[in-house]
Amino acid sequence: MSLINTMPEMVLTTKADQFLNWTRKSSVWWMLFGLACCAIEMMQTQGPRADVDRFGTAPRAAPRQSDLMIVAGTLTLKMALRTKLLYEQMPEPRYVISMGSCANCGGLFQLAYSVCDGVDKVIPVDVYIPGCPPRPEALTEGILKLQEKMMQEKWLVRRSAAPAAA
Amino acid sequence: MDAAAIYERLKARFGDQVGDCHLQTLDPFIMVQPSTIEEVGRFLKSEPDLSFDCLTNESGVDGKAQGVIQIVYHLYSYRHRHGIVLKVETPRDYPVVRTVEHVWKGANWLEREIYDLLGVTFEGHVDLRRLLMPEDWVGYPLRKDFVEPEEYHGISTRRESLLK
Repeated sequence: MSLINTMPEMVLTTKADQFLNWTRKSSVWWMLFGLACCAIEMMQTQGPRADVDRFGTAPRAAPRQSDLMIVAGTLTLKMALRTKLLYEQMPEPRYVISMGSCANCGGLFQLAYSVCDGVDKVIPVDVYIPGCPPRPEALTEGILKLQEKMMQEKWLVRRSAAPAAA
Repeated sequence: MDAAAIYERLKARFGDQVGDCHLQTLDPFIMVQPSTIEEVGRFLKSEPDLSFDCLTNESGVDGKAQGVIQIVYHLYSYRHRHGIVLKVETPRDYPVVRTVEHVWKGANWLEREIYDLLGVTFEGHVDLRRLLMPEDWVGYPLRKDFVEPEEYHGISTRRESLLK
């Protein structure tokens, strides 16, 4: 006997924004975007021990299927323009987590000629995670922080206000 | 075979094309003319008693004071377990060196890197493109007089110090 038949008919009342945000934050599909050693920790985060699947996230290999880009690693100038292109391919609403010192500000390689000093010079960033590299727990925390942020969004209001601003 | 014997072999085969030999350094090195480096390399690789089958490293040095760029080749023979260093000097304002990519395939990316960072043109290289820097980058970052541009495609290359 399925569970649903034993339950009385239910009515949930919520705000439309909140409901949309809840659905959105419960299925964050993130793009595999490992650039350096942070990528190893990112893989670990997806693995069975940290297991961010618990929070509704899933890795995707294509930007067009993703909601979230986790920039994990050193962003070189050569990669910077490609990063921007990939970000533009993602459907809205889209989010970016900057993982590790290198993605935050260039980190150890800040003064190097070939390194872009932070991914926020190219694309807007929602959550910064410090660490070199951050542990899987830190990335999990970052994803949870992003979900908190997603829950506070006024998406419908923003959408209706957008044409007037443009 | 030690460095002096290797130098003897090279001198006998190439004569004036091979310059001085410096034996007192930790890694003895031999100076070679830029145009003959490929033939020297092929000779060193193919002779049975030399058989330098491994180009361990190839790098460039910017000697701004002398007005030259040095290309340094670290060679090693797995069969005879001996090594030698070759050096080539090329003028800084027009640096052209014959490629050794046809002798040791591993030189392909090493020479691309030197081209990318020091601006040395390797004659006869099959795929001489930038390796680490973007394709449309201007300047050669490892040259002593390189000044980093303020921005690249609207991306600022400066960042406020976090310690301030």
